[in-house]
Amino acid sequence: MTCEEAEVLLHALIDGELDAGHAREVEAHIEGCAHCAALTTEYREIRQAMAETDLQYKASPALRRRIEEALPQAQPRPLPQAVPSRRAVLRGFAMGSAVSAIAATGLVAIVLRNDDEQRVEAEVVSAHLRSLQAGHLTDVISTDQHTVKPWFNGKLDVSPPVIDLTAQGFTLIGGRLDYVDARAIGAVVYKRRQHVINLFVAQTADTERRAAKTNTLQGFNIRRWSDRGLNYWAVSDLGADELAEFGEKFETAMRANKEG
Amino acid sequence: MAVRASDDDPEKARRFREAALPYLDEAYTLARYLLRDAADAEDAVQECYLRAYKHFDSYRGPAMKPWLFAILRNVCRAEFARRKSAPAPSDDLPETAEQAPMWNEPTETPERQLLRRFDGDTVRKLIAALAEPFRETFVLREIQNLSYREIADVAAVPVGTVMSRLARARAMLRSAWLAEQERVK
Ligand SMILES: [Zn+2]
Repeated sequence: MTCEEAEVLLHALIDGELDAGHAREVEAHIEGCAHCAALTTEYREIRQAMAETDLQYKASPALRRRIEEALPQAQPRPLPQAVPSRRAVLRGFAMGSAVSAIAATGLVAIVLRNDDEQRVEAEVVSAHLRSLQAGHLTDVISTDQHTVKPWFNGKLDVSPPVIDLTAQGFTLIGGRLDYVDARAIGAVVYKRRQHVINLFVAQTADTERRAAKTNTLQGFNIRRWSDRGLNYWAVSDLGADELAEFGEKFETAMRANKEG
Repeated sequence: MAVRASDDDPEKARRFREAALPYLDEAYTLARYLLRDAADAEDAVQECYLRAYKHFDSYRGPAMKPWLFAILRNVCRAEFARRKSAPAPSDDLPETAEQAPMWNEPTETPERQLLRRFDGDTVRKLIAALAEPFRETFVLREIQNLSYREIADVAAVPVGTVMSRLARARAMLRSAWLAEQERVK
């Protein structure tokens, strides 16, 4: 690899966008090249300095009002027995009769479920990123599960389970209302060392238990599972092994709660 | 001036508000960096939300944020065209940017000091000084945290273009950062 190539690819390396093979190639070049190594360090430093600086702008209340007023009035939220996202997605597809015929065979439903899962995972990561901005992480700050749990009451159709995992090495720091997949959703916030874990919990009509799956998106690990009518997404920049540990400890504690 | 949205389906309006309004600050941030003017940014964001609402029936993902950004970017391009004095972001590298040196000799002395930290206003100024379309790519990546794939979709360019623009943008920002550091020494 030439320096010219490395000078472009090192950015993708910093951003976690390279596949394992290319990442190793770039890393090998950097190890043997003081010029590219020093550049990589500097770019990482600039990135770090920017991450510590508030570079967002805030929309003025006047703009928010202008947009609110220009949009048609919304009706109050209907009762939550239906899953809005799936319906919304299907509505888009239900236009042509040919498509409807395929939908009847269940084929489209399978395709959509995958789409849907990916889209929701992307939204969960966006919500995680938003929460990391200054002042967005928690609506209720407490390391006490008996304070965080009741805070959710009345704010959501189903309050997320809030479990103290301090003894297992994950500190509860609070809870937050968030928006994912066009619905209000509960987020329970934990920390391990300096790493934030957002545990998003949403009600689902599907009560089947689904084993955990881990995925990586934009440099974050997402561990997702379903149990007793709830979908869980744990998102963090922790390594996949530590996030798996979190998920396992959480599920173990849930089972203990149920049995005890 | 944008017209009031005329589609009066209240259920659609409710879904749209819940899905799109949480990104208002992000949309405004992008518009501010692209247009470099507060009033123009507000107009662009309002226009973006009305257009998005109109097309919400056909929205099937991917994530809401890049979808909104793609619409917002088109609104901003129209604003560029209206201004005329400022060139629209182009798929070709502007000649001046192509000819500009990368300034990428790293400071290799071992006792090199850590990078100086600047306040938000200074960093925003450095970013605002980046040339289009590098500024756009840079802001989508560094401030909006989009993946390369998402940036490619928003800016309607191949991922390879995103990579080269980002490399160029960071090189330009780095040189501006070091120059600022020198200036305030
Ligand atoms: Zn090199």
